[in-house]
Amino acid sequence: MTAQLFLEQTLNGLQQGVMLFLLAAGLTLVFGIMHLINLAHGTLYMVGAYVAATATKASGSFTIGVLAALAAAGLVGATIEMTALRKLYKRDHLDQVLATFGVILFFNELVKIMWGPQALFLSPPAALSGTVEIIPGIPYPAYRLFIIGVGLAVGLGLRYLIVNTRTGMLIRAGATHRDMVGALGVDIDRLFTVVFAIGAMLAGLAGALAGPMLAVEVGMGEQILILTFVVIIIGGIGSVRGALAGALLVGLVDTYGRAFLPLAMRAALDPAAADSIGASISSVAIYLLMAAVLIWRPRGLFQAYGG
Amino acid sequence: MTGGRKRIVNTAGLALLLVLPALAQAADSPFFVSVATRVLIYGLAALSLDLILGYGGMVSFGHAAFVGLGAYAVGILAHHHADGSLIPFLPGAWEGSAQALIQWPLAMLVGGLFALVIGALSLRTSGVYFIMITLAFAQMLYHFMVSLPTYGGQDGLSLWQRSELPLIDLNDDVAFYYVALVLLLLALVVVRRLIASPFGMVLRGARQNEARLVSLGVPATRYKLTAFVIAGAIAGLAGALLANHTEFVGPGMMHWTRSGEILIMVILGGVGTLYGAIVGAATLLLLEEGLAGLTEHWMIFLGPFLVFVVLFARRGIYGWLAGREAGDD
Repeated sequence: MTAQLFLEQTLNGLQQGVMLFLLAAGLTLVFGIMHLINLAHGTLYMVGAYVAATATKASGSFTIGVLAALAAAGLVGATIEMTALRKLYKRDHLDQVLATFGVILFFNELVKIMWGPQALFLSPPAALSGTVEIIPGIPYPAYRLFIIGVGLAVGLGLRYLIVNTRTGMLIRAGATHRDMVGALGVDIDRLFTVVFAIGAMLAGLAGALAGPMLAVEVGMGEQILILTFVVIIIGGIGSVRGALAGALLVGLVDTYGRAFLPLAMRAALDPAAADSIGASISSVAIYLLMAAVLIWRPRGLFQAYGG
Repeated sequence: MTGGRKRIVNTAGLALLLVLPALAQAADSPFFVSVATRVLIYGLAALSLDLILGYGGMVSFGHAAFVGLGAYAVGILAHHHADGSLIPFLPGAWEGSAQALIQWPLAMLVGGLFALVIGALSLRTSGVYFIMITLAFAQMLYHFMVSLPTYGGQDGLSLWQRSELPLIDLNDDVAFYYVALVLLLLALVVVRRLIASPFGMVLRGARQNEARLVSLGVPATRYKLTAFVIAGAIAGLAGALLANHTEFVGPGMMHWTRSGEILIMVILGGVGTLYGAIVGAATLLLLEEGLAGLTEHWMIFLGPFLVFVVLFARRGIYGWLAGREAGDD
């Protein structure tokens, strides 16, 4: 029983970590390479979720929903980059905070106008709606396993992109020697738009995948944004490897905290107090983790490329 | 004509604040006094953030925590005073108090003390890491207050009455407005003197080149921490006023979105100009109020407005109003 619970929670933590990784990878690339604080990254996640929910309902196919979400998030991301953010790369971080905050307000309201204030609900595709017995006798939702698989595949793909392709080489070079890369005849503006669009598509993918698990609603982007920032700070800004490590760490700590802290507290306190105190400690567990990591290693767990 | 334009802007602003209640009376919209009081209170919070942000280069993303702590200090004292119970975990038997002269300094003390602890730990990091660790501490305090059922938990505490001041009745909205105005002006004078002093010079030096200061033998971190504590105390006072203004204290006051709002006010008004912080608070709150009256979907206008300010008014709204000398406080 306890072993089963532990295994389930571990998988839940991995699944949450993988979702966070999809968001954190894009955010940390934009952050590490363009030195841009993008508070509106969660907005792209929300766009992905809404478009996936709508396209899935219209077409009856979850695959089409996900593809539509990828396209929409990439398009919205590239548009934001070209209209509002491109001029801000060399500016103060504070200007970026203000501008991207403005972008959040705009899209939250736009989504409210287009889809209304009510939350949307999306069910997982039929093929993934059942459970799988990972170990005989322990059923686990297939959809969550699917997310873990997708996240790991994306992680490997991203690694291949950054390490083995010409675009990846330019991304790495652009992170440290932007002017040099420009002087060699590379169109830096286009490169940055591409990086931003890749990050946006990853966020959109996370949104589309999250759709069947939680309510698709306005403000969902901001809730997860803070978690994502915690992840990339723990991992070390600009490092995709750090984003993966940070995401899995945060996912596991958060899930274990929620599942086991109230139980552990019940050993010492009466159930009501234990639940309330346990819940409050578990909700700050990731912040404690981040503060501890930063006090121990002020620049995160992994150094960024050249950083 | 040094500072001519700036002086005109400042004089006009002060004159407007002084006669505002009379104007609201004449226009038969007393509700506006309440909105203006909110502007003053948030102006105070934004001013305190600008001290560390604009002059010390410390981007605190958890400033609302100090506002919330100040508000809770007032709320908790008032709560125990109202039902006559003792304050737990406090040495001696104290049933709280309704006196502003006790509540408000205590709010500043609490804000300053927490700023000392949080600042000491956070100043080990810098840059973006500093932003995030201040946010983390603020979120911890937010969740802590959410989990305290004694003081309302998620629902917060309602105040039975506003704080009591000798001679002045704070329940009168106009009187309360002027008290808030006096405190804001007082804070403005204090912070202005502070940043013009040798202390302020070190603080500005730390923003520009901390390594150079340290190599000159100046303990820059100690100066930054002192500024952080002063800012925490002033934010605590803003919290005390806010609790009185809304007659309510809740964890929502400490949520990270509130910290973001205060940060936005400072940037919007113009970082590194103390008046700008107040202008930023006024702009954001009045835009919210005004646009909300026009359309339900007011944020669709506010969002692009913020982007435009960033792109085209690079020194913030106050910098745009007061011109070149805006930052020479």
